Amino acid sequence: MEKLTMVQALNLAMRQEMEKDDRVILLGEDVGVDGGVFRVTDGLIEKFGEKRVIDTPLAESGICGISIGMALYGLRPVCEMQFSGFSYLAFHQLESHAARLRARSCGRFGVPMVVRMPYGGGVRALEHHSESREIYYAHTPGLKMVIPSTPRNARALLISAIRDPDPVVFFEPKAVYRAFREEVPEEEETFPIGRSQIVQNGDDLTLISYGAMMRPALEAAAVLKAEDGVEVEVIDLLTISPLDDALFTKSVQKTGRAVIVHEAPRSFGPGAEIVARLVEKSFLYLEAPVRRVTGFDIHMPLYQKELDYLPGVSRIITAARDTLNF
Amino acid sequence: MPRKEIDIDCRVEHLSVLTEEGRPDRDMEPEIPDGLLLKLYRAIVLGRRFDERMLTLQRQGRIGTFAPLKGQEAAQLGAVAALEDRDWLVPAFRETAAEVWRGKKLENVLLMYAGYNEGGYIEPETKNLPVAIPVGTQMLHAVGIAMGMQYRESDGVVMTFFGDGATSEGDFHEALNFAGLFQAPVVFICQNNHWAISIPRSRQSRSKTLAQKAIAYGLPGIQVDGNDILAVYGAAREAVDRARSGNGPTLIECITYRLSMHTTADDPKRYRKDAEVKEWEGRDPLNRFQNYLIGRNLLSHEKIAELEADVKNEIKSALERFNERAAQANDSLNMFDHVYDQLPPYLEAQRSELQQELETKKKAES
Repeated sequence: MEKLTMVQALNLAMRQEMEKDDRVILLGEDVGVDGGVFRVTDGLIEKFGEKRVIDTPLAESGICGISIGMALYGLRPVCEMQFSGFSYLAFHQLESHAARLRARSCGRFGVPMVVRMPYGGGVRALEHHSESREIYYAHTPGLKMVIPSTPRNARALLISAIRDPDPVVFFEPKAVYRAFREEVPEEEETFPIGRSQIVQNGDDLTLISYGAMMRPALEAAAVLKAEDGVEVEVIDLLTISPLDDALFTKSVQKTGRAVIVHEAPRSFGPGAEIVARLVEKSFLYLEAPVRRVTGFDIHMPLYQKELDYLPGVSRIITAARDTLNF
Repeated sequence: MPRKEIDIDCRVEHLSVLTEEGRPDRDMEPEIPDGLLLKLYRAIVLGRRFDERMLTLQRQGRIGTFAPLKGQEAAQLGAVAALEDRDWLVPAFRETAAEVWRGKKLENVLLMYAGYNEGGYIEPETKNLPVAIPVGTQMLHAVGIAMGMQYRESDGVVMTFFGDGATSEGDFHEALNFAGLFQAPVVFICQNNHWAISIPRSRQSRSKTLAQKAIAYGLPGIQVDGNDILAVYGAAREAVDRARSGNGPTLIECITYRLSMHTTADDPKRYRKDAEVKEWEGRDPLNRFQNYLIGRNLLSHEKIAELEADVKNEIKSALERFNERAAQANDSLNMFDHVYDQLPPYLEAQRSELQQELETKKKAES
């Protein structure tokens, strides 16, 4: 098996799906000739031509609105927002139409589109290029919100997203794009949307995270094992909406303690939703309050201070120890 | 060096065929078979009478808020009549007559405005998108469908409607820009009815015409007398043919007037003068077309009376079916239908919550 970066894995997913299904069209700014500013769509216009890989003008609402039209017509558009921080221009189209046309038309129409966006910080970028606003999309009924964490699951989830009959917002952790390589099988692989994964088993504490925060979470779990002899069960959410609460509920009912890690701001973040569900279903199983290790309720500072903003290994370890010692 | 003039081909024409009294300019009369002329006339009458009926129903509390189309019948119907079944209609929220022309059932219109999700149903073969309420957003969907048709090498055409107010929205500009760039087979029909709720056309844009906005995006723009169904049809026909032959999109600005209110929740007396309304009532598209058809011996006063009676019956039957279906549409649980292709477990659980709540309520009431 070849070892691929996340960029290469995403490229593989799109290439294979476009080979298989001629309904799949890519569109976005710089996705064609330039191969995408992160090179995620590199080589695809050469292979599939400019009718299937469309370089669009600079118009996010237009890109999404047109993708909606293509999806209504029966195609499978995969559009790109160059950075999640610029997607708000298209939010209106997603909330007001992509998320609603199936219900509005009593099932006559569906909107099988994917909106791909690089998200998250830790890459020393300019303002607006490090956002983590998954919650805006997760809070919109009718959309699905998916966030992979490694090359292999990114490839599997992107194929699932493209095949999904409903609109999927697909956040790609840009900090992971080229951070490491993983074995990714050439034969196509999918992973169901709406299912989370236990990445390592443990009985003492449940650590729930996703996206770029999976690596510090796993590092923290390793330190806790080595230094405190603690066995941490680590869960990778993979899909934010719909949340696989059955999986994390079962885990926390076993361990009694939970820590959630996300770079998105603390208040009203995905962690809040997870805590709510744990309290609703597992209140009597909890041995300690559920802790959230998150970004602060501020916009990310410019990059000199971004590592102080982002949850790091030590912040996670501190929260875990507090939970274990409660 | 002296300045050089750049030729940007900025001609905008205004097309009118009928006089105010309904007499045609013979040179400009489009070729329309008699059958189609009469079908259009009946559709205008149906549009007008149904709209009047809906207003009464709303005032009686039997349906909710809707956007009356009085005065704009020719602007909608003249345009949509140029489409074939394989073409697509992408309406805004005031195109009831156009939607009915394209197969939407009267009782579904009533169900929708009476607040029943069931009214949103669209027959599988009908290439109409549902009503779009956020202003100016639907044109992008039209362009997307058109680009899909280009990809599939289909010679279908998409027609989309919007008002003068919508031309101030960013999405209008993005839609025209994409359509021009990709030469998408779209016909953009602007219903310039002079009012965006209380904002008059003069306060919407400094542009002399709305049609000229097309030029900026590299597509032709034409202005037509929107209350002259022959002019609307002629321009629409030309635009549809242009799109179908691969020669790109067109913007048609229909000069018309919103004789009624923005929606039934609006009171136009607060911001416009009766004298203006009276003036436009004198240019009623229904009367002008009627006079034209009488002049062509295609209508007589007898025939008009017959037709009005027939339309009245059609509306009456629709109302009966609406009442029947509304009485049966008491399943609140269907609010969970069609949120996604498959209802996910967490929504099934929420649906059960509502089900229990409703059953408890029912027991308490019995």
